[in-house]
Amino acid sequence: MRVARVNATASPHLESLADEAVTIIREVATECENPVLLFSGGKDSAVLLHLAVLAFAPARLPFPVMHVDTGHNFVEVIDYRDEFVRKVGARLIVASVQASIDAGRVVEDTGPRASRNRLQSVTLLDAIAEHGFDAVFGGGRRDEDKARAKERILSFRDRQGRWDPRNQRPEPWDVLNARIRKGEQLRAFPLSNWTELDVWQFIDAEQIPLPSIYYSHRREVIARDGMLLAVGGPVVLEPGEQSSVETVRYRTVGDASCTGAVRSAAATVDEVIAEVAAARITERGATRADDTFSESAMEDRKREGYF
Amino acid sequence: MTSLPSLPTLRIARPSVATLRVATAGSVDDGKSTLIGRLLHDTKTVFEDQLAAVEKASRRYGDGERNLALLTDGLRAEREQGITIDVAHRYFATPRRSFIVADTPGHSQYTRNMVTGASTADVAIVLVDARHGVLEQTRRHAFIASLLGVKAIALAVNKMDLVDWDEGEFDSVAKDLAAYVEALPTPVPVFAFPISALHGDNVVAVSQHSPWYEGPALLDWMETFDASGPAESAARLDVQRVIRPQGSDFRGFAGRLVGGRLAVGDSITVMPSGQRSVVTGIQRFGRELASATAGQAITVSLADNIDAARGDVLVAADSPATESVSGHVCWMIDQPLREGSRYWFKHGTRVGRAVVSAVEYRHDLHTLEPVAADQIALNDLAMVRLSLSEPIVATSYEVSREGGRLILVDEATNTTAGAVMITEAA
Ligand SMILES: Nc1nc2c(ncn2[C@@H]2O[C@H](COP(=O)(O)OP(=O)(O)OP(=O)(O)O)[C@@H](O)[C@H]2O)c(=O)[nH]1
Repeated sequence: MRVARVNATASPHLESLADEAVTIIREVATECENPVLLFSGGKDSAVLLHLAVLAFAPARLPFPVMHVDTGHNFVEVIDYRDEFVRKVGARLIVASVQASIDAGRVVEDTGPRASRNRLQSVTLLDAIAEHGFDAVFGGGRRDEDKARAKERILSFRDRQGRWDPRNQRPEPWDVLNARIRKGEQLRAFPLSNWTELDVWQFIDAEQIPLPSIYYSHRREVIARDGMLLAVGGPVVLEPGEQSSVETVRYRTVGDASCTGAVRSAAATVDEVIAEVAAARITERGATRADDTFSESAMEDRKREGYF
Repeated sequence: MTSLPSLPTLRIARPSVATLRVATAGSVDDGKSTLIGRLLHDTKTVFEDQLAAVEKASRRYGDGERNLALLTDGLRAEREQGITIDVAHRYFATPRRSFIVADTPGHSQYTRNMVTGASTADVAIVLVDARHGVLEQTRRHAFIASLLGVKAIALAVNKMDLVDWDEGEFDSVAKDLAAYVEALPTPVPVFAFPISALHGDNVVAVSQHSPWYEGPALLDWMETFDASGPAESAARLDVQRVIRPQGSDFRGFAGRLVGGRLAVGDSITVMPSGQRSVVTGIQRFGRELASATAGQAITVSLADNIDAARGDVLVAADSPATESVSGHVCWMIDQPLREGSRYWFKHGTRVGRAVVSAVEYRHDLHTLEPVAADQIALNDLAMVRLSLSEPIVATSYEVSREGGRLILVDEATNTTAGAVMITEAA
């Protein structure tokens, strides 16, 4: 494996964000008995896994990584996931939404616009219980969404995996309180204070590989509810709908049924950074149908146990 | 829909001045969230879809007038009740500086969340409604912010539009709070600004409504305030974890460096055992370094087969370990703290048990006199003495933030119950 290293040209701002993240990862991994890191193959989880590997170097990553696979992921992302995990020598657990459906744990919506996004929470909580994880690292950032902006760095979940945003533990300084009872869990967000631009500048400084769909490419898409959805897989054309081939890229990577592409010619990290710096729409606003359903969509999902 | 601001092209440039961490404070409805919304909006940090969502929510929850407080009041309950419940963190940058902003709740029920937001702040912006002046909760927040060690308080005398921009009103509020802060156990400088968060006066640009005010706009001050700390304290590293790769002799002590600087070749002492050793290697992000500076997350290798573990502290200068400390406490749970109460504590990376050996006194928010008390209630500020089951390397909070703070954790619920700023170790 290539030993990742923080480029000497990274800015002091990025370096201090990285120091903060490494400190959080080390602390939670050491205080908790059985942590796991969520790895979706998206840019935030790539940065998170990269930092986690650095946090324990030259020792191996002391915990596994887990992907909650909706079965509706982009193939490029699954290939990338497997390659990245193999390169850093981590153990990958795949928790499958399809398996939850087959086992009758969740009922899938039907119809051309059904999405499995919300079903992920059940699969995630089942997998946490099955493996006995007491802490789950996620790549969530406070700048992503107004409910995420309210998150603690180390966030408590009750035995049902629920978040109670009205009654969070105080978190003075960075003295993290990791005490929980059996069956309860913690969610840890080392990238809490990063912005989308920070993430991209760090990817640039560290030369972190990403799935190809983050960069400009040609793709058959259908415009639906203000989103450009990739045609194929879960997205089927409805009568009267007309697809087109566009030059696009993805700003976030999630379930193909509800993650939209943006029109973009940005084909390199530098070009993406320039694009992100000039963006006038937030990344989730531009790309996530699930968050535009209702005003408190993210809060509602998080209360149920979502990352 | 209102016309959209154009975004500056400079967001990408990283200013060389250190990022400023800011927390709002002040009584309920004095305009904290509105001010942060105004700062975000007027620095063109608000995205089109966020603004559209705020406009939609303003129609749903209010009179339709665009309510910028909804940019940070993001929880459903907050929007329904029109108050802030928990801290929202927001990030914005101007060409001159990057900011991390914690918008905190004013409601006394949620003081614990204000403590959370203010604990990492360099400066607090304390808002006061010009019509109501300094209230109980204003005092509590100013007191807490000063105990937590903010470098300055920016007093934003808000809603000046509702008192006809009267200079006398502004002066009297400013004098009132400045006098109060000066009399606190840990006074900090106060800078006063007459503003209207709602209309944007003196927030990012100086307003014509206050010709009598000769100072800068609030943002101007935020961009230029020097928040660098006092002279550096001695280097210390609280060991988070011992890193031992399988099948190798490597043995490293991982932690975040606090205080000064640590270099290969430096002598250190492992506390509390007192073993001495020499630094033979430093790594950061998996890369070898000759020296490290404060704030860096590093892994240190030592000469001699030193036996150190999580919770131990590597110190550059001799610092004794102690099992007893005194300090100010902010109390954050319903169950009162009493003499003899037992908690978990965490100081640095050391976890152990703490017993309250004495409740010295409670701070009276009005007279600022110490008041005898045998129990400390939710939201009280007090001076307590703790006896610890494990030795810690403590300094006063004034000398070192990291060495001078600890948290108390409730044994029954595991929630964080108290934030302690140490005044005296041993
Ligand atoms: N006229 C006027 N009204 C203001 C001004 N600033 C805020 N307000 C109004 O005061 C009310 C309370 O403002 P918020 O920003 O929600 O107050 P807050 O301090 O964040 O409240 P909590 O966080 O719940 O403590 C709202 O109706 C605002 O529109 C101002 O400068 N002038």
